[in-house]
Amino acid sequence: MGLLALEPPGRGSFLLAGFLNSVMIAVGATVVGLCLGVCGAWCKLYGGPVARDLAAVYTTIVRAVPELVLILILYFAGADLLNKALAAFGYPPTDIPGVAAGIFVLGVVQGAYSTEVLRGAILAIPQGQIEAARAYGMSPSLIMRRITLPAMLPFAIPGLANLWLIATKDTALLAIVGVNELTQVTRTAAGATKAYFTFFMAAGAIYLALTLFSSAIIGRIERRARRGMPSVAGAGR
Amino acid sequence: MSEALMDVRPKRKTTDWLKPHRIVLIVIGLAIVLASIFLMRWDWLPQYMPLALQGIWRTIWLLVVTSILGISLAIPLGLAQAAGPAWLAAPAKTFCTVIRGTPLLLQLWLLYYGLGSLFPQFPWIRDSFLWPYLRQAWPYGVLSLTLSYAGYEGEVMRGAFAGVPRGQLEAARAFGMSRVTIFRRIWLKQALHRALPTLAGETVLQLKATPLVATITMVDIYAVASRVRQDLFVTYEPLLLLAAVYMAITGVIVFLFRKLEARIPTRIG
Amino acid sequence: MKTVFKMAFAAAALTLAGAWSASAEEVKVGFSPEAYPPFYSQDASGKWGGWEVDITMAICAEAKLDCVLTPIPWDGLIPALKSKKIDTIMNSMSITAEREKEIDFSDKYYNTPTAIIGPKDQKFDATPEGLKGKVIGVQVSTVHAAYAKKHFGSVASEIKEYQTQDEANQDLVAGRIDATQADSIALDAFLKSDAGKACCDLKGYVAPDLEVLGPGVGAGVRKGDTELKDKINAAIKAIRADGKYAEITKKYFDFDIYGDDKQSN
Repeated sequence: MGLLALEPPGRGSFLLAGFLNSVMIAVGATVVGLCLGVCGAWCKLYGGPVARDLAAVYTTIVRAVPELVLILILYFAGADLLNKALAAFGYPPTDIPGVAAGIFVLGVVQGAYSTEVLRGAILAIPQGQIEAARAYGMSPSLIMRRITLPAMLPFAIPGLANLWLIATKDTALLAIVGVNELTQVTRTAAGATKAYFTFFMAAGAIYLALTLFSSAIIGRIERRARRGMPSVAGAGR
Repeated sequence: MSEALMDVRPKRKTTDWLKPHRIVLIVIGLAIVLASIFLMRWDWLPQYMPLALQGIWRTIWLLVVTSILGISLAIPLGLAQAAGPAWLAAPAKTFCTVIRGTPLLLQLWLLYYGLGSLFPQFPWIRDSFLWPYLRQAWPYGVLSLTLSYAGYEGEVMRGAFAGVPRGQLEAARAFGMSRVTIFRRIWLKQALHRALPTLAGETVLQLKATPLVATITMVDIYAVASRVRQDLFVTYEPLLLLAAVYMAITGVIVFLFRKLEARIPTRIG
Repeated sequence: MKTVFKMAFAAAALTLAGAWSASAEEVKVGFSPEAYPPFYSQDASGKWGGWEVDITMAICAEAKLDCVLTPIPWDGLIPALKSKKIDTIMNSMSITAEREKEIDFSDKYYNTPTAIIGPKDQKFDATPEGLKGKVIGVQVSTVHAAYAKKHFGSVASEIKEYQTQDEANQDLVAGRIDATQADSIALDAFLKSDAGKACCDLKGYVAPDLEVLGPGVGAGVRKGDTELKDKINAAIKAIRADGKYAEITKKYFDFDIYGDDKQSN
């Protein structure tokens, strides 16, 4: 147990730093995913035929290929493309910090799932509301801002909450490409001290605490947003 | 509902689907595929083919075995939560929460390396009849993937069991069916119908979880692709092939579940 | 402000490339974040140290390079080098013909024999006959993996490949494998640890195979990056000559791990 202490002989501070990185990546990925998701849902519902098909290709591929494979492809290809683009504009190649790469990669994955969640939520809005807005002569962007986005929120929250829980757990996959997040630092600490069982249990407890904490907050938000509607809670993966 | 879907499909004419912009997109897609075939390095393919086929087989085997074992664990887990007494419901709920609250990769490493590091303290383990299995990697892979599937599907089944209308069960009781018959003929069947569309998605997710076993030395298709990458230092080709393989398997899963759904006359009351 | 300065600096450097060179340029040294004592190990505060870290820093100081250790998983090191995420690899990577197709290497900076260890209660030696029917663990895409596959592949019952050598050692302790093959010094450090002392001992050194095992460990650089390669080569020579190498080595070993003095390339 002394191994988990916060002071140097223990490695608690080390795990804590990894945990903060994990949370940072999860938050970043969820935000990136939401932006992509809004674009994707917009393309799928209101886009032209080409945009609609491209969005469909994006969501189909991301949802059919394992995250681990996508992470590897995007991790290497992302760095390659970025450096090629930089070279084209005459800048020297640069290195992407692990956390930023993690946010980008998981964000692309989250984007595909958010697209589906948001699309479903927008479709759940009673059609009359949007027609009424149109009858008032609102512009499409104004309808989006004032009607569609606020009205779909209660429908989208359970799905988005699920995505947040998925994001926190998917950060663990970045250990495979060596990003310094909780699972990776746990693995190194376990290797250095040979206390594999202790460290993996400790990391599991941290993840579980994060999930339970998130679920509690999500529950509150959901209850506020879905007054009078049945609750649909649950952790996805 | 799905019957109606099946009916619509053949009636849709190909001309509806094959709009001009789609033709352009397909041509672009084909061009990308052809370019990657001719511009990238695929000369390793014949040499690694037998290994790759073996890897694909192992991936599918792992998926099928863990899904079947997982769902058979999930049914009692769901039932315990939906209708069981508190002393059964609480542990089932805890199990589902823990499994769904922690990353699968961590669960896998805890089982394999965590348990492994405890072996030296218990020398008698090496003389037990289980030792030949404990030595290998696949039992840990199967166990952790099964538990994970059971954890997620336990939750799905809980909802499905709870969603079967009371009236159906009461009607069955009025017919004088025994509790076992009611469960087998009415409750379980309807719950499975309800869960089927969700299970299709969850099985795809399970497929996407299988490559994690490569980190504990199991040689699935992902591990084969990693080996190609490491032996020949080609980065993208094996990964692209890997993506194609997983997409194909996903397609098969979706197709099979659709067939299964269509075979069941669905009228959820 | 900082990025503007950086970009301006980069642009200046590009236009003046060759005309002058900065006194200290940043060089990203890729290494795999795993315990590989005594070459790489991590203390409780998360800082990396060990013989190879010290030597890397000595080489960088000598060549006036501003080196930054950059963690990349072992199997991603060569792709990362090629995609310019890192500039050099100093991570006990052996110089081999296979790898030289992809990247260039500096001269060797150490060369030690390859050993096989196994559980104390099993008696066998490091030959194909001795390893008959055994389960051998190796780290993926190492010379040891290639060697084990070539020489023991047909007799061993299985060759298991691990992401890190540390995990292979861990499975040897757990009893899941019968033997592991790796660099003798890394294995020696493991045998001296508490876990290693309790379970295992040295079974012997494998027969030499220059074609697979290579002439030693060198710093990997991008193909065509002769500037960095020459700097590193000169620095290795310099620290060999002025005693810095011997001084660092003395802290970790009681003999010179450079191997024989014949130049490799």
